[in-house]
Amino acid sequence: MPIELENLTYTYMPGTPFEARAVDDLSLKIEDGEFLGIIGHTGSGKTTMIGLIAGLLKPTSGRVLIDGEDIAAKGYDRKKLRRKIGVVFQYPEHQLFEETVYKDIAFGPGKLGISEAETEERVRYAMELMELDFDSVKNLSPFELSGGQKRRVAIAGVLAMKPSVLILDEPVAGLDPAGRIHLMNMIRRLNREGVTILLITHSMDDLAENARRVVVLKGSRLLMDGTPAEVFARREELTAASLDVPCVAEIAAKLRARGKDIPPGIIRLDDLQRCVEDMLGGRP
Amino acid sequence: MIKNITLGQYFPGNSVIHRLDARMKLVLVIAVIVLVFMARTVIGNAVVLAFLAAVIIMSRISVKFVLRGIKPLWFIILLTFVLNVFFHQGGNELFSWWILRVSEEGLISAVRLAARLIFLITATTMLTLTTSPISLTDGLESLMKPLKAVRFPVHELAMMMTIAMRFIPTLIEETDKIMKAQTARGAEFDSGNVIKRATGMVPLLVPLFVSAFRRADELAFAMESRCYHGGEGRTRMKVMHLAGRDWAAAAVVAALIVFMAFGF
Repeated sequence: MPIELENLTYTYMPGTPFEARAVDDLSLKIEDGEFLGIIGHTGSGKTTMIGLIAGLLKPTSGRVLIDGEDIAAKGYDRKKLRRKIGVVFQYPEHQLFEETVYKDIAFGPGKLGISEAETEERVRYAMELMELDFDSVKNLSPFELSGGQKRRVAIAGVLAMKPSVLILDEPVAGLDPAGRIHLMNMIRRLNREGVTILLITHSMDDLAENARRVVVLKGSRLLMDGTPAEVFARREELTAASLDVPCVAEIAAKLRARGKDIPPGIIRLDDLQRCVEDMLGGRP
Repeated sequence: MIKNITLGQYFPGNSVIHRLDARMKLVLVIAVIVLVFMARTVIGNAVVLAFLAAVIIMSRISVKFVLRGIKPLWFIILLTFVLNVFFHQGGNELFSWWILRVSEEGLISAVRLAARLIFLITATTMLTLTTSPISLTDGLESLMKPLKAVRFPVHELAMMMTIAMRFIPTLIEETDKIMKAQTARGAEFDSGNVIKRATGMVPLLVPLFVSAFRRADELAFAMESRCYHGGEGRTRMKVMHLAGRDWAAAAVVAALIVFMAFGF
């Protein structure tokens, strides 16, 4: 189910001195199974954009089409939308509310009207994906878990809805390195299984390694749209938008400045490693 | 999702009204309330109306925005109006139908009461629209200082109010965020019957309470680590002082009160 944004505009608090245009004339088409990275400086409209895609905000003008259907149209089935699109917001652990981990994860499936037997299966599946031990954790209160575990439970609550599009808003912010690697692996695995991923992140390294397409927002507008190699090649523009390039691209640029022969478009660690090995005369 | 909460919401600006001293504004609002109750005649009410209109114009806030603050109270205004029209005893009967009868006096007193209510709300709304919550509580603290003599915890009360007001926008933002997150998980906050709606609030209220307590805890910690120990010996970054405009404003209101005292 492709997602199309047509001249999408959203204004906060129109008609007051607090009026602010958060998304301005944004057009974009996202195909099935894509791994799309969304980057932009704070306040560039990323979070508003995903709110609009998930149907949580009503566009001031423009349209969001999912499967060719306008989601703001009257009579559009919101439940269908919730089933298709899962959203992991920033600090999702703040949305936990149930008495037990199991009940919290089962909240979404329950709201979608899924049978109890299947709900249990889904909770197991989601907890397994998030590396939470079903038997020992399911009856704990989510409030007695550690911060990292809370986040896992909250994300599991979204995964249990088995969305075909998964939107994540800075899911690794504040996680320890192990938690971050695990989460990125999990996202990659879901993408391989056919889930469309929309990932907002400030980690250019994560995008360089994983995303197949990157869009850059600046001042509520679309600034760039292309493969990570294309986007990260436009270093000056990114710097002007208060963004940086992946660590690997930075090293490659420095090596080039020293007269080393590094081909353009090197943004991944293993590619750089190969180049450096070639430079040093093959693998030891 | 959550909008139009003008009552008690600061509207940033730099007009004369905005720059008036918060203490003076508080005192003057009380004086204006007295003024509103003193006004008995049409001329008196017209003067109050003109005065409030002048204040609104000088504050450079659109009338539309000010009236938005009255919106939640329309029902009460309308109810008092209707009750007054129909249940006024005696006077010249204009027309009657069934048990309802409308008299000239009833109509006049209804209009007067409705106008009075609107004036009162406008006056207090203008105070909160043009005064930031922080300077408002600072003003209150300073005005209530004499109560310290009777061991009334003035500073603590003002600090509590400042913190409470400081966190209103934060909590609204938080509510909005949690609502969106739960909506994305299929929760519905605006459908079903009363019971369904009430239970539907649980996924919103529990996280909200948890985060409010967490924030309170963090704030207490942050304040303590910056050596906060109550009001004793505390100095201010913004020291309030009365300027010429404050005395001018006071003179205008005083003049109006004297005018009303002559029976208008």
